[in-house]
Amino acid sequence: MSEKMATRQAYGEVLAELGEKNQNIVVLDADLSKSTMTAVFAGKYPERFFNMGISEQNLYGVAAGIAHSGKTVFASTFAMFAAGRAFEIIRNSIGYTKANVKICATHAGVTVGEDGGSHQSIEDLALMRTIPGMTVISPSDGMSAKLLIQQAAELDGPVYVRLGRAAVPGLYEADSDIQIGKGNCVKDGSDYTVIATGIMVNEALIAAETLEKEGISLRVIDIHTIKPIDKDIIIKAAKETKGIVTAEEHTVLGGLGSAVAEVVVQNAPTKIAFVGLQDSFGESGKPAELLVKYGLTAADIVSAVKSL
Amino acid sequence: MRMNIDYQQLEKVARDIRVDIIKQTFHANSGHPGGSLSAADIMTVLYFHEMNVDPAEPKKYGRDKFVLSKGHASPVLYATLAHRGYFPTEELSGFRKFGSILQGHPDMKKVPGVEMSTGSLGQGFSSSVGMAIANKLDKNPGRIFALLGDGELQEGIIWEAAMAAAHYKLDNLVAIVDWNGLQIDGKNEEVITVNPVDEKFKSFGFHVIHVDGHSLKEIAEAFEEARAQKGKPTVIVAKTLKGKGVSYMEGKAGWHGKAPSEAEAKQAVEELGGEW
Repeated sequence: MSEKMATRQAYGEVLAELGEKNQNIVVLDADLSKSTMTAVFAGKYPERFFNMGISEQNLYGVAAGIAHSGKTVFASTFAMFAAGRAFEIIRNSIGYTKANVKICATHAGVTVGEDGGSHQSIEDLALMRTIPGMTVISPSDGMSAKLLIQQAAELDGPVYVRLGRAAVPGLYEADSDIQIGKGNCVKDGSDYTVIATGIMVNEALIAAETLEKEGISLRVIDIHTIKPIDKDIIIKAAKETKGIVTAEEHTVLGGLGSAVAEVVVQNAPTKIAFVGLQDSFGESGKPAELLVKYGLTAADIVSAVKSL
Repeated sequence: MRMNIDYQQLEKVARDIRVDIIKQTFHANSGHPGGSLSAADIMTVLYFHEMNVDPAEPKKYGRDKFVLSKGHASPVLYATLAHRGYFPTEELSGFRKFGSILQGHPDMKKVPGVEMSTGSLGQGFSSSVGMAIANKLDKNPGRIFALLGDGELQEGIIWEAAMAAAHYKLDNLVAIVDWNGLQIDGKNEEVITVNPVDEKFKSFGFHVIHVDGHSLKEIAEAFEEARAQKGKPTVIVAKTLKGKGVSYMEGKAGWHGKAPSEAEAKQAVEELGGEW
């Protein structure tokens, strides 16, 4: 297992590496470079870093203009302000024009913690996956974040990458087989399947250990690419196991759970339970407290499996 | 290639563009004639005098780029591009129709010469700031021109973009405001005023020039003045008349987004001195 690290930390590191290899990369931020970790790139390549200040709409409008001038643009801010505040700019200036912009949005989900509900982006996956042609990625650990961002840089077109604030346990190694658009079966099992994304993959693995002791075999799949989603791995799970639980640090309306349900209902109908925020905003608190309150723990996954 | 044509020839081009604005909106039975007619002289000077572009090679390195931030004025852009040679003028009859390259609002993926898809107000200007930043970074000599509506200045992103343009000293960027004074609900001044617009742009770090937006000579001279500016972007506030050239449309907010009937269209073409 690789070391424990926040996916935003991994972003900062890999961006600096990419900047060295690829002179065509330009990075933009909106006054949060020390938090989004684009400051690492800015320190090494100041001539290719542009701070747009606290103006997220313009951040993405400018990103589109630079991308259409032949650059690969990484444009970062907090997920709330990227996917939420700048949604229509991203939709029309980046999505509609197929601009080569990588929206690497940090501080997603309730684990941003103390800032409270106004800053906890729990709708971004749903918003971003509705934009035609947008690739949507939600890595589960630092290493997969690095590998996926490297691949995103090679893709010609818009990509949304959801990153977290808090350090998460390492799940993958540098030579792990991680590919955009392909789910990873991180633990095989025969009774039920948990399809998780982001920090919930680790919770799912803990849930699997608990259920194993009770004689229930759980398959755990990391869906790090929400769009295009890996239909094959979902259909296989629907057919080979008795039911599916989806798990995401996001509202259950429109995100991973909905994406999985769309695949299942059209190809291999089975029972699904949805772990995520249940039509609710978050609040201030420590990440661990919030995960418990909003039903985002391994114990909640265990209950959901048993409810099937 | 930068073209040098005399003003008499430019007048003729502007007239042809106006005639095609009327024909496009009539055939589509929709579209935005008022704000297209007000911008026809500005577009004529840009594409037939000021800008370094090559229709035979629309993506040529080092070219100047134009962004129609007030994207609903697509008829004036399409007519200008067609007359400049980017695509056959016959295409204009497909405007807003299913299967045509000429979408209601400009689509860069469909139309040769369109540098940015626009229509959602304010976004085109923001992207033109990005293009100017990229050209500075690459030491690309191409300059960026963005046409804005006066109503469009009510969008917050305009001022975010203006801030960035001045901060990054984008003297390769020229914004032109088509100041026709009218928006959908009436006079800008009455809907919500953006005046004093000069002081606003000046305080945001722009070099500000005023022109009569229907004087080809004044417009051309303003572009010369913009070219001489170093270290700051320029905005040209062009005083125009909405619906310019068509008697029953001039100064009428109602002609923002309404197509003329056949009789109205014929009258307009006649008034403009064109052929039906």
